[in-house]
Order: sequence, then C-alpha cells, then structure tokens
Amino acid sequence: MRTRTTIEFQHLTKHFGPVRAVDDLSFTVEPGRVTGFLGPNGAGKTTSLRSLLGLVRPTSGTATFGGIAYRDLPRPLATVGTALEASSFSPGRTARNHLLVAAAAAGIPRSRADEVLELTGIAEAGNRRVGGFSLGMRQRLGLAFALLGDPEVLVLDEPINGLDPEGIRWIRGLLRELAQQGRTVLVSSHLLSEVQQTVDHVVILSHGRVVHEGSLDDFGSSPAVVVDSPDRPGLRAALLAAGLPVADGDSGLVVSAPAVDVGAAAARAGIALSLLQPERAGLEETFLQLVGTGEGVGA
Amino acid sequence: MINAIRSETLKLMTTRLWWVLALILAVYVGFTAGLLAGLFGALGDQLAQQPGAPALPEGMVPPIVYSAVTAVGYVFPLILGTLAVTSEVRFQTLTPTFLAQPRRGRVLGAKLVVLAIAGAVFGVIGLVVAIGLGAPILTATGNDAALGDTDTWALAGRVVLAMALWAIIGVGVGSLIQNQVAAIVVVLAFTQFVEPILRAGTSIWEWTATVGRFLPGAASDALVGASLFTAFGTAGGSTVDPLEWWQGGLVLLAVAVIVSIVGYLTAWRRDIT
Repeated sequence: MRTRTTIEFQHLTKHFGPVRAVDDLSFTVEPGRVTGFLGPNGAGKTTSLRSLLGLVRPTSGTATFGGIAYRDLPRPLATVGTALEASSFSPGRTARNHLLVAAAAAGIPRSRADEVLELTGIAEAGNRRVGGFSLGMRQRLGLAFALLGDPEVLVLDEPINGLDPEGIRWIRGLLRELAQQGRTVLVSSHLLSEVQQTVDHVVILSHGRVVHEGSLDDFGSSPAVVVDSPDRPGLRAALLAAGLPVADGDSGLVVSAPAVDVGAAAARAGIALSLLQPERAGLEETFLQLVGTGEGVGA
Repeated sequence: MINAIRSETLKLMTTRLWWVLALILAVYVGFTAGLLAGLFGALGDQLAQQPGAPALPEGMVPPIVYSAVTAVGYVFPLILGTLAVTSEVRFQTLTPTFLAQPRRGRVLGAKLVVLAIAGAVFGVIGLVVAIGLGAPILTATGNDAALGDTDTWALAGRVVLAMALWAIIGVGVGSLIQNQVAAIVVVLAFTQFVEPILRAGTSIWEWTATVGRFLPGAASDALVGASLFTAFGTAGGSTVDPLEWWQGGLVLLAVAVIVSIVGYLTAWRRDIT
C-alpha cells in the first residue's frame, strides 16, 4: 500500500523586494488525482512551487508534504519527484550521467536511471550529451529525474511545454496513471486547454493569490452573461455601481452574475440593452477572464 | 554525507572540465619544469667551468624544478574548484542538486572534500610531469636529480597538500562569487596581477614584508618550501624570514575555511529562482 501524502500550502507569502510574488496562498493537494495549478506567466506558480521544494525561502507561511517541509523529508527524491520549468542540465553531461549524479546523492540504485530513461522514452539518447537535446527531450529527461525515486508525490512545472502532439498524449496518459496509482500529482500550466483533459481539480492563481479552487465542473458552470448596449460605458458604470464583476469580452461585457441581476441593474440605470445572453464561452475563456481580471475577482 | 560525496565525485568526473584543466596543467608545468631544469643545468655547468665563480648552492636546483607544479600550476586546482561551484549556478543545476540533497551545507561540504582530493590528484599529475621531464634533463646536464633524497619526496608531499588546499579555496571562492565570469576574472586578476604586485610591493620594507608573507601565494610557496619566487626573494636580500611550511599550510587552510564559511552564509543559502 502506497503512502498517501498531501501537499499543504498554508498562508504562503513570498516577497521579492517590493513585489508580492505569492500572497497568502492556502490550498491542499489531495492524493489520487491530478491537480492543475493554473495561472498566467508571472502569477506566482513557479515561486510557490520553489517555496514548496525548499529552493526559495518564504517570507511567511508554510508549504509542506503532509506537514513535513521538503528539507526535513528523510528521503526527498523517494517522496517527491520534481520537474521544474527551469530544471536545467549541464550541457556537457550525458542524460544518463545526469540521472546517476542525482541517484548517487539520493541513495537510489544506479539501475533505476536506466529504468526511468526507458519509461520516458529516451533510453536510446541516454549516452548523449544533453547539450544537443531538443526541448521535448529535455522535458522527458526532467520527467525521468522526477520519477527517479518512484515518489508518492509529483510536482511538475509546465511539463507539457515543448512536447510534440505524441508526447502530449503520452504525458497525459502517464499523469492519469500516476494519479490512479494513488499518487499526488500537481501540474502547473499557463494554459488551461493544455491540461483540461487531464486534471480532476484546479487551483487558479492570479497575481499571487488563489482566485478559484475546485473541480473543473464547478468551474465551467459559473454563471456568466454577455451583455451589451449602444451606451457601453454607461452600462459598465451601471453594472459596477450594482456591485457586479464586469470584464471585457469580444461581443460585449462579460458579467459573472445571473442574467436577471444584470438586466435589473441596467433597467435601474435606464440603459437600453442591445444584447443579453448566457455566456457560452469555453473553460479557457472563463479562465482568461478570471486571471485577466484577477485583481477584481481576487479582492 | 557519503552519498553527497559520491554524487559530487560523479559530477566532477562526468564532464570534460577536469581533464581539460589537467591536460593544460601538465603541459604548462612540463614546459616550465623542463625549461628550469635546462637553464639551471646549463648555468651550473658554465659556473663550474669558470674558476672562482660562485657555484649554485648544493641541492637547490631540483626543488626549484619540481616545485614548478605549485609555482605556476596552483591556479589550475583553484580554477577547477571555482568552476565546480559556479558551473552549477550557470547551468542551474543547483536546482536538481538541492532537490536531491536539500541540506545545502552538506552539498558544500561534499564539494570541499571531493575537490580537495581532485586538487591532490592535480598535484600528483603535475609532479609526474615535473619530475618525469625535469629529472632526466637535470641528469643529462650533469646535475643530481635528487630522486633518492627524502627531502625531494617530502617536497612532493607538500606540493600535493598545497594543490589540495588551492582547490578548496576555489570552492570557497565559487560559493561566494557565484557568477562564473566574475569569479574567474577575480581569480585570474588576483593570482596573476594583484598578488604578484602586492608581494613585490610588500617586500620593500620590513614591516610590510612581515604582512606580505601571509598573502596566499606567499603562504603557498612557504608551504612547498621552494620556488622560483622565494629563491629570488631571498636572493633579493629580504631580512624577513618566510613562514614555516606548516604556517603556510595553515594560512591557506584558513583562507579556504573563511571564504567557504562566508560563501555559505551569504550566497550559498540564497533563493534558487
């Protein structure tokens, strides 16, 4: 029976000088499913993950694996497997040697390096220098490093970036399989569409704060309408005055509120509508609205 | 800690850096030792042919030839140690390194141990070349190569120790100055330019000479006990005795320890972003 380990962020805050990269982040990642950690570039995903892994010292708050900080794990690579976006390789070292260096440090048998090279489909490139690797092959090597210790928890930062379509299908299958084995899988991405077929649960980050957490089903069904008027600025003012969250869409204003409230607000202000319809945008558009207006929604 | 040492050893052995530097070291030391042996050998011959001319002090030449390993070669273990740290910063391999071993002090400790051994190996490589080329040339020019002399082998041991200490000074420098270009520029500027000037400058007055012998290069020469520079330094009539060999060794060790501790407390514990 596999040990089940959660990832727990508790009020994690990290400032870089005056910049609040991560602001009071709290959420829990459960085992047995794939959790998507989403947000645009600069939202604080990488800083959160690096704090979790002990690479960055948080300003306040904690990020732990079932209550244990990364640096206090007795066998870190056997508990947590990590592939970070910037996880880099010395170009002069071969892929296999890169894994052997890590295996030696973590007390993992050497034979495991060949196993994970096989598992990630780069066995035949194992004795080549990493300097000549494509981005897709580097991603696979990064994943091989993550799987080296056969870990209970996987933390993967943008693992799909740079993979070809075949590679994307492969990694989706792999992530699902790892979650079904009872492992905890946290996958970051700046594109919802990249992971929406894979993840069971999402945590959406914008400007260093969680703006949405839940299953993808709740996420898609959040009520929103598209509304427009010949007097769009007037309409916007009326909706804002009514305390409704307003964002700009392609064909009008997008309001995350039931249509009846939107109509009532416009009527009270005496504004004639030219359009009032339920939003049929995909998850991606809702996602973009959430993160695009992150300050308003997150506040 | 054993695992960290094993990992650092692999890290050093699995790129081309160490043997490229070892090769340059061998060529440079070989050239210098061969040249010195040839020059002094010929000089000794000439002096011997001229009646009344001062003879070279007995037994002075072989140590000068063999200590070329440290006299010109100490910068190689120093650079190896520095690059062992800064290349990890440059290629961002500190991320996987600290993921596999989150206790950063252990990583630095392991690097110091492994680089001390690598520095000693550089010392052995240098000696093989210096003695391998120098001794036959000395013998051919009618000098005693002093290979049966225990002093020669004691000197060889001190050369190996000095090279090991220079390598760990390099690790300390790298942990403190993590930018690879900056670190190499500092190392080269200090060893090739700043320190020689300071050593020449401090030798002018007695009180500055007292301080100047604590410069790392001077301490290294004191540890090894013979080199081109000390040979000419004493010939220049300085009244201040150089440090004892063990004092020189302690000075180098102190430099390594202080630089490493400062590096650990400052740059080494920084966020890895």
